[in-house]
Amino acid sequence: MNAFWDFIITSIPLGMTFLYGCTGEILTEKAGHLNLGIPGIMCVGGVCGCSALRLLYRSGLPPILIVLIAIIAAFAGGALMGALYCLLTVTLKANQNVTGLAMTTFGVGITKFVMNKLAIVPIRYLYALPYFRFPFAERTDALKYCGIMVYLAVIIALSTSYVLSKTQTGLHLRSVGENPATADAVGINVTKYKYVATLIGSGIAALGGLFYIMDYSGSVDAYKKIEALGWLSVALVIFTLWRPHLSIIGSFVFGTLYIVGSRIPTLLNITMDMSATPLFEMLPYVVTIIVLIVTSVSKKRENQPPAALGLPYFREER
Amino acid sequence: MNRPMALELKNVSKYFGNLAANKNVNLSVYRGEILAILGENGCGKTTLMNMIAGIYFPDSGTISVDGKEVVIRSPKDAFNHGIGMIHQHFKLVDIFTAAENIVLGVNDGKRYNIKKVNSRVAEIADKYGFHIDPKKKIYEMSVSEKQTVEILKVLYRGADILILDEPSAVLTPQETDRLFDVLRRMREDGKSILIITHKLNEVMSISDRVAVLRKGENINTVETSKTTPAELTEMMVGKKVSLNIERPEPVNVCDRLEVKNLNMVDADGIKVLDNISFTARSGEILGIAGIAGSGQKELLESIAGLCHPITGQIIYHNPKTEKTEDLRDKDPVAIRELGVRLSFVPEDRIGMGLVGNMDIVDNMLLRSYRKGFSMFVDRKKPGDLADKIVKELQVSTPNTHTPVRRLSGGNVQKVLVGREIASAPTVLMAAYPVRGLDINSSYTIYDLLTEQKKNGVAVVFVGEDLDVLVELCDRIVVICAGKVTGILDARNTTKEEIGLLMTKTEGIYDVDGKEAENGEKE
Repeated sequence: MNAFWDFIITSIPLGMTFLYGCTGEILTEKAGHLNLGIPGIMCVGGVCGCSALRLLYRSGLPPILIVLIAIIAAFAGGALMGALYCLLTVTLKANQNVTGLAMTTFGVGITKFVMNKLAIVPIRYLYALPYFRFPFAERTDALKYCGIMVYLAVIIALSTSYVLSKTQTGLHLRSVGENPATADAVGINVTKYKYVATLIGSGIAALGGLFYIMDYSGSVDAYKKIEALGWLSVALVIFTLWRPHLSIIGSFVFGTLYIVGSRIPTLLNITMDMSATPLFEMLPYVVTIIVLIVTSVSKKRENQPPAALGLPYFREER
Repeated sequence: MNRPMALELKNVSKYFGNLAANKNVNLSVYRGEILAILGENGCGKTTLMNMIAGIYFPDSGTISVDGKEVVIRSPKDAFNHGIGMIHQHFKLVDIFTAAENIVLGVNDGKRYNIKKVNSRVAEIADKYGFHIDPKKKIYEMSVSEKQTVEILKVLYRGADILILDEPSAVLTPQETDRLFDVLRRMREDGKSILIITHKLNEVMSISDRVAVLRKGENINTVETSKTTPAELTEMMVGKKVSLNIERPEPVNVCDRLEVKNLNMVDADGIKVLDNISFTARSGEILGIAGIAGSGQKELLESIAGLCHPITGQIIYHNPKTEKTEDLRDKDPVAIRELGVRLSFVPEDRIGMGLVGNMDIVDNMLLRSYRKGFSMFVDRKKPGDLADKIVKELQVSTPNTHTPVRRLSGGNVQKVLVGREIASAPTVLMAAYPVRGLDINSSYTIYDLLTEQKKNGVAVVFVGEDLDVLVELCDRIVVICAGKVTGILDARNTTKEEIGLLMTKTEGIYDVDGKEAENGEKE
């Protein structure tokens, strides 16, 4: 039973990595932009956050401030990538898929470069923040240091959900992603909404990268894994049908499925060749495909992606 | 009439390039009045309304609201002056509810609360007698409900001047009747309503005054009760213009294509073809006249096998085997394989007829790639054909390897028609082949069609300019709202006759009856 609890508890913070990426991507997609640059943006977020920590950890500032600056740095790095993406896809109307993939290639590449050169020391920043510990963390060693960013992910997801469904800003944003011509006709600034949503979304996604390196794994080598997790975040968007509040549960499901391979031997008391683990890591994609099949068959309009997703908006000219 | 003036246009002009869409138009609408804007296709009705609604900006002239001169640069400006337009193509977000669509973009400083919006929408709907559930999603709605949402959207913003662009085009007669009741209630409430239409019976039944536009100019504004449909038609179509198009007498006429009782519904369940029957004969040009969107596109596509009618027959008399074949429900390839040669010049030249990024030779190849047995593409024959077309039809292009999208409209059309003619068709269908062309190019196309007629081809010509139809065609089928309202001998008909048939809808509006009713009111 203990092994089972361990497994469940470990999967929650892993899921938070997906949750950051997923919330950010939902926000972008609700504005009608399919941002395939999320994996790259998450990498860049990790780099920016780590660089901030590296510069400040011996500065004598209070730890909470250092953490806060790292979070802001990660957000800013992501938002900068988002701005580049917007410039290309919103203003210059470049193909969103191509731009997104280029952003990922760029983000992953620059992460490798910076992380190798700076050789940032791992900082378990939460040594200094005992009050922000993850509950039940004492049960398992790996999680001893997971802190405020776990809560932050849930708060961001819930507030995104609130903004999207309950406020007029959310209504306007959704209309931009569904039917930009209609939004334009009623006087909504389509370009502004697209930019702001993509910038904030990219910033949120970037936090996922920082969270994974500094909180979840606590090792600089972890940056090598972020890209794979980034793609899972994009899959999670489809899995949760573009609903940020559902993605809190979805991220937990993805977290569980992702690590189930390495836990099965202990859970079931069997021996398993570790080379089989990647097979289990595919599980999140398999369930995403199942969700896609189910929603495509049911054809319920609320479960479909935003209608104008991936289409550049040209104002109608005669 | 001592009612206050709501909207006044003075000498408003709008040009698109050299083409005048509106020239010195004067128009005025009073409070509590319904003004009908009547005119043919392309007479500038919609452009004029778009200028009032802030979509276009007039090149010259002034617009005044409530006696004050205003500048309207965007739909938002128009809303601020209390002007709202209900477009023919609805601008609604499908997965939102009616209320969400209505409140979209409204910035009244109040905190967003969808429950309050719902009750406010219901309140406005009750006031004017609309039937609508504010919580219903748009994608679950019928066309008339969507239109209601569009009207409510405008009313919610507090508009006093409403512009409706052909509101009845998408409605059934019963729904139109309900809409008109609502409009009358709005009129009593002091709203000004401008309604664009080309259905005369509707003009007679709903409007207080009619403004007639022709070729971008305001011909006259008359009081509905003091005019007749015949007078309005005459104002609408204007005097006959002689074009001197060559029209030889048809020779060796025989039936080639018989359309019998064709019925079709579109994706929304609206009847687009209603019991259409006619015969196209070889050696004749058969004109099809009608307001745009009366079913011309669907009719031609049905014959070409691109869409499938629900009932009816399309009988083709094969000149080679002298057998008859039914083309219905056969796909375009099957039609070709049967030896039935049908060439089709679609309305959307680049979209359906040609591939814009491919050069002239490759576009020729699109028709002939099935021929031959080699695994390699044979570009020689299409190349020769391209050279021939460029030379004979005087296509102005640097060479035959220029992508088609770089050619001007007229030249694209020549390439398309040239290719279709080169396949030696027995039936040639051309939809709006001269749309957007200059006069010389237009005459080249007319000559090409007449040439085909002389060669014994059954030519079907869908046109919009009545002068051309009357001079080019041998017979004219007039359709209105998917129905054939008349088949005329082009040599013994007038534009007025065609115009009346084009706008003739048997509906529940009895023109004479409504006239009497209006008379009583005065």
